[in-house]
Amino acid sequence: MTTAQLIGQDPGWIIAVKGLIVFAVCILLTLMSVWGERRIVSIMQMRIGPNRVGKFGLLQALADGVKLALKEDLIPKAADRIVFVIAPIISATTCFMSFAVIPFTGKVNFFGHETAMQLTDLPVGVLYVLSIASVGVYGIVLAGWSSGSTYPLLGGLRSSAQVISYEVAMGLSLVAVFIYAGSMSTSDIVAAQDKWWYSVVLFPSFVIYAISMVGETNRAPFDLAEAEGELVGGFHTEYSSLKFALFFLAEYVNIIAVSALATTLFLGGYHAFPGLGFTESWLGGWFTLFWFAIKVLGFFFVFVWLRGTLPRLRYDQFMKFGWKVLIPVSLAWILIVATLRTLSLEGAPQAVIVGFTLGIVLIVLAVSSLFDRAREKNEVTARDIGEISTPSFPVPALPVAKARLEDHV
Amino acid sequence: MNPYIPILVIGAFGFGFGVFSIVAAALTGPKRYNRAKAAAYECGIEPSPQAQGGGRFPVKYFLTAMLFIIFDIEIVFLYPWAVSFDQLGLFGLVEMVLFIGTVFVAYAYVWRRGGLEWD
Repeated sequence: MTTAQLIGQDPGWIIAVKGLIVFAVCILLTLMSVWGERRIVSIMQMRIGPNRVGKFGLLQALADGVKLALKEDLIPKAADRIVFVIAPIISATTCFMSFAVIPFTGKVNFFGHETAMQLTDLPVGVLYVLSIASVGVYGIVLAGWSSGSTYPLLGGLRSSAQVISYEVAMGLSLVAVFIYAGSMSTSDIVAAQDKWWYSVVLFPSFVIYAISMVGETNRAPFDLAEAEGELVGGFHTEYSSLKFALFFLAEYVNIIAVSALATTLFLGGYHAFPGLGFTESWLGGWFTLFWFAIKVLGFFFVFVWLRGTLPRLRYDQFMKFGWKVLIPVSLAWILIVATLRTLSLEGAPQAVIVGFTLGIVLIVLAVSSLFDRAREKNEVTARDIGEISTPSFPVPALPVAKARLEDHV
Repeated sequence: MNPYIPILVIGAFGFGFGVFSIVAAALTGPKRYNRAKAAAYECGIEPSPQAQGGGRFPVKYFLTAMLFIIFDIEIVFLYPWAVSFDQLGLFGLVEMVLFIGTVFVAYAYVWRRGGLEWD
């Protein structure tokens, strides 16, 4: 029986309980990950971090939430009052909805009922996650637009442009996964990774997805929308109290969501690490949740690690990277994967496949060396221009510059 | 049961949480009116061109949105091809190479005209 049929048999109360569990775990995970992020970053920056509220400061995020709830709920005079209130609700709703198709465990015994810990199994599961992520952009752009202030408007525009740009790269990186899995349903993709994880087989896709998921969630080093030095807080500058907390919650739930999707599509989902497959048969289906959690938390650690390590990019560098590097590379990679797959399906001899692969490698080497030469040339020209800095209008020449000019002439 | 019902369930939880938080914050927080607090986050001066009142912002964002639509539609065409890749075989591959090539010409044109530059 497939997972879709298995889940389709769930009675109403199981769906409700599962929904509640997923929702509660998301809230709890957000509280814990805010604390975890602050602790890990503080260790990386050689300071102590929050350690006062509760054991090891574990209740810090909860205390922050309570503090926010007791603050005044401000709506600026110039704001569009209705949209201003709706925007955080859109963000909070959509971030939870992307968890509906993520498979958390394999087959489990749920209060005496045979099912799998996955809310629903759509044939278009991954497409659904992408579309929900797109709807989430409305929360950002409406929040910026309705605040009636300059910084939020610019921040909102920046983040939405950023999210949609990286969504293209993200969408393209998944095509290779669908080619190999032959399905867009998340549970089918997990099942197809029984032998080899797609992060190994389709390594370039994995790298492109991993980069674009950081860009998609507006996290460091791509957190240009809330570049404190220039835009204060970005789109949520004017928000206070629990409305601000909702945006904060949405950001962290989104991080967990893209990590969970990455785990599902590239790291074998709830399957155990290679060689540890016996744990499922020994300890039962619920133990697969452990492997899933380990992988997701690993991704979360990488998010924090990036924040602790890399400086923020400039906006033009960021957009250039998305449009001029990630998109053409993923298009080329799709064509390579498709050709290789067709060659092996049509039963082409080994020599042809090997020859094709070698040809691709040679082309990549040639193109990259061309780029290197162009860059060297640019650097040389830039240095020459830097030496003779005479503007086109008449100026009294400085003694040193004059001497150098005469040298050149 | 319809597989879309669980989506509504989790969506209702998220929506309910959002509405609850906003109502709760309105009840628990203090309310002390102050003209400066209701002003925009600026140095005491109201920003004159408002976003809602037809204020202007860089056209680059509009261009990015248009480019996004083109590539998003390309993705929408790529997905069904990828899912039924094994059945379509060589024919599908050739068709897709032609399609990607066509879109790539437009992409190269936009690149050359400076549509992908940010200043």
